[in-house]
Amino acid sequence: MMDKKIDAKKRPVYINPYFGGLLLGLLILASFYIAGRGLSASGSAKLAVVEVVHIVAPEHAENNAYYSKFLPEDGSSPLFNWLIFGAIGTFFGGMLSGAVYGRLGKLRIEKSPKISNRTRLIAAAVGGILFGIGSQFGRGCSSGAALSGTSAFSFGGLIVMALMFGVGYVFAYFFRKLWI
Amino acid sequence: MLDTFLPISLENYGFNKIDIMGPLIPLEIITGQWDFVIALLIGSAFGFILEASGFSSSRNIAGVFYGYNFVVLRVFFTAMIVAMVGYLYFSYMGWVDMNLVFVLPTYLNSMLLGGFIMGLGFVIGGFCPGTSYTAAAIGKIDGIVFAGGVFVGIFLFSEFFPLYEGFYTENDLGNITIGEMFGVSNEIVTFAFVVVAVIAFYVTWLIEKKVRKNMTEYKFE
Repeated sequence: MMDKKIDAKKRPVYINPYFGGLLLGLLILASFYIAGRGLSASGSAKLAVVEVVHIVAPEHAENNAYYSKFLPEDGSSPLFNWLIFGAIGTFFGGMLSGAVYGRLGKLRIEKSPKISNRTRLIAAAVGGILFGIGSQFGRGCSSGAALSGTSAFSFGGLIVMALMFGVGYVFAYFFRKLWI
Repeated sequence: MLDTFLPISLENYGFNKIDIMGPLIPLEIITGQWDFVIALLIGSAFGFILEASGFSSSRNIAGVFYGYNFVVLRVFFTAMIVAMVGYLYFSYMGWVDMNLVFVLPTYLNSMLLGGFIMGLGFVIGGFCPGTSYTAAAIGKIDGIVFAGGVFVGIFLFSEFFPLYEGFYTENDLGNITIGEMFGVSNEIVTFAFVVVAVIAFYVTWLIEKKVRKNMTEYKFE
């Protein structure tokens, strides 16, 4: 009885998912209307990597066919870009929501009780690396390709979305210990 | 076109059609210096909505693959159909020129592989890049590590780029839309998405109820 009370108190408050979806849809629409493009996330990470490599090894970056695509011709920093400011906003917007709903807290690891912290962090790192690689082949991640791409009727966006979720379901069985 | 739908045209209210035509930045109605302020605002709203919907938790997100939490599907599908319907509406009203809104180009082979790799990353890591930023923002170490992984992944991809430079642009279909691909209009595509979404909302609601009944251990974080 007592436990239940504590659990109810600890249960985080989220907005209704359909309401969240409505807001997100309107935001994509606003972004189309204002900027002529949708939302993105992985693009900012790409530009940050390009900038770091360019600082550490300028010649290497300029000679690499991939990095050089994203180095501005006028010699300015690739960080002075819409995508970077969007990602900074995403970080602080998330922080604001966390503060409003009482989830902004000390450093912690969230995981299934069945796995160790170490396992969770390795899985998170592997997942991140795969997303980093996949988003380059896919021309964007869940935000830029799947969500915004499909909303602007891009066929490629639909492909990425279908594969992303489909493959997740196909392999879910093998990674169930990480989650349930 | 407006005049045939509305008895009174917007011009009567002091609006000039040209004034409100979008997209605003590509048409230079909003000039360059405001770009980054707007990007910051749109990004902030994006982060807020993601976090408030529960996407700062990898266990909420991964629930979509195991049937115990379909919040991802609900938010994702609702957002998509709202954006699509709104986008068509804006286009009908002459508020936005669809030709100036970016259609992600389709490089079929590369995107199939990319989607496949991201699907694996999704079920292993439980985040995607955007959601990991919000998780990191509220103090989740697994979110920080995932985001770090994204940087490493992009670095690896770039370093080995010459190996698959050809593959990267193979089967280039250009800026093709879903409608063009299947030979139907964007309206039909939108209608299909709405129907599929409503069915998916109902079916996943049934599944979730059933799965949660047998799952007492999971506490929502």
